[in-house]
Amino acid sequence: MKDTVEPYVTDDGRTIGGVLMDMRNITLRFGGVEAIKDISFDIREGEIRAIIGPNGAGKSSMLNVISGFYNPQEGEVWFRGEKRPQMKPYQVARLGIARTFQNIALFEGMTVLDNIMTGRLTHMKSGMFWQALWAGRAEKEEVENREKVERIIDFLEIQAIRKTPVGRLPYGLKKRVELARALAAEPKLLLLDEPMAGMNVEEKEDMSRFILDVNDEFGTTIALIEHDMGVVMDLSDRVVVMDYGRKIGDGTPDEVRGNQEVIDAYLGVSHD
Amino acid sequence: MSADFLYGIEVVINGLMAGVLYALVALGFVLIFKASGIFNYAQGVMALFAALTLVGIMEGQVPFAHLINALFGTEVHHFGWEVPALLAIAFTVLIMIGFAWAVQQFVFRHLVGQEPIILFMATIGLAYFLEGVGDLMWGSDIKTLALGLPQGGSLAVEEWTAGLGGDDFYGFFIDKLDMIATIVAIILVASLIIFAQYTKQGRAMRAVADDHQAALSVGISLNFIWVLVWSLAGIVALVAGVMWGAKSGVQFSLSLIALKALPVLMLGGFTSIPGAIVGGLIIGVGEKLFEYTIGAPFLGGATENWFAYMLALIFLVFRPQGLFGEKIIERV
Repeated sequence: MKDTVEPYVTDDGRTIGGVLMDMRNITLRFGGVEAIKDISFDIREGEIRAIIGPNGAGKSSMLNVISGFYNPQEGEVWFRGEKRPQMKPYQVARLGIARTFQNIALFEGMTVLDNIMTGRLTHMKSGMFWQALWAGRAEKEEVENREKVERIIDFLEIQAIRKTPVGRLPYGLKKRVELARALAAEPKLLLLDEPMAGMNVEEKEDMSRFILDVNDEFGTTIALIEHDMGVVMDLSDRVVVMDYGRKIGDGTPDEVRGNQEVIDAYLGVSHD
Repeated sequence: MSADFLYGIEVVINGLMAGVLYALVALGFVLIFKASGIFNYAQGVMALFAALTLVGIMEGQVPFAHLINALFGTEVHHFGWEVPALLAIAFTVLIMIGFAWAVQQFVFRHLVGQEPIILFMATIGLAYFLEGVGDLMWGSDIKTLALGLPQGGSLAVEEWTAGLGGDDFYGFFIDKLDMIATIVAIILVASLIIFAQYTKQGRAMRAVADDHQAALSVGISLNFIWVLVWSLAGIVALVAGVMWGAKSGVQFSLSLIALKALPVLMLGGFTSIPGAIVGGLIIGVGEKLFEYTIGAPFLGGATENWFAYMLALIFLVFRPQGLFGEKIIERV
């Protein structure tokens, strides 16, 4: 059933639509090193898609290709049925692809609220003059943006730290604020770079719950990278497995789990 | 009240207004440094260039007149018209925005990710290049800025305050130009703050100042923001150039006002707009008061030349990040 592009309904009642993003034969090189070797896969509307693999497999490189931080030497990126030309990261963000970072990139000097508001920047359309005067269309827009941001703050249960400067927050909460900022952009595709890295068990459970809720509540398509296989298998609809820059598996968690090559990669069988 | 005390107050007021001018120059540095980490050595030359351009446009000078005459054997110097001040200011602002764009397009776009020292060296090159262009465009003679700004002490203030003291007190001497500079500076800073706090571009500017990668991920073009901050720094330079130029004539030594901003920055911190203002005021008042109370009576005067640097040095030793700068903590 997963090979067709017909919409289908999952066991837990979510609708998975057509192909949102299609990566075709992507090859990425740094000098002589091939970080990604001829990889193709797609991401379908409404699904949670994971990219997993051992350290150094090229997962982060792949995420950086999707978000425009790297440009692949070969291959095509198709988004919403159109071939995406070479783009800068900020242009990709304006297309509706939001992301978080493995090592957290927040505005440390700003409050949680201001950080999340920056996620709305691409949605601000009123003129600079009216914004400065806080009048006319700008005022209405600002109120709307604030309402959306407050909804996300409620949703991610960070009301208590709304006015706290981000620099003072512990690691786990920073990760949550970063997720909130990405969500504030109302992305069509949300990219999470190791959302669970460095977290304790409790924080991991919280984050898993938020990811599932975001997907369920807002219908956001999510692509995430993890090297912790256990977490991913419970979360995702489909999984891409990478090892040494190649794709060695692609399918539902159950399919991937039974794949001999995947088992070898994770248990560390010698390559000859 | 004794006359000595009143004259002390006069010194403080004049110091505050001199400080406003220092703060204006320092503000240009802070804007660029905060958003891009570039210490812009060319800020003083930008003030000079802006003032030269303003005078040139107002007087209807032909830009590059010497070059044109040498190449084509012509004898053109003036268009023969005069441009009203406001229109000339608008043109100059456009030219400063064009300059900001060119700087980003041809220099700093190619230096993204380089060491701060390399960026700094680039701005030194830029400073001398811009000085040369200014010379070539508008000539090297001293010009007077005929903006029609009032000069000299304000009689109204003098008469109004004369009654405060005894027979040996003749009222405060306050320069009219200083008063105007203060008002203009207040308006400029207020607009900058409103811009940074409430507009989309201002918020994006603050975001870039905080974290480049995060800014990219929320859809902000770094290139655009850098052109924006260089444009703002250009406009601040124009205001500083006009105020200093009106005081001492538009000449090439005007670019040295950048040196006056250095102690202000050390005092206020390189990354803080309020810091630039407070730092400017402290130095303005400090050097005037020091000259009045200690310098002139005991040290033979002319302490204003070095007092600011000494104060900055003391600050560097005890609070290297400045009054308002972010504390630099390296986590190991």
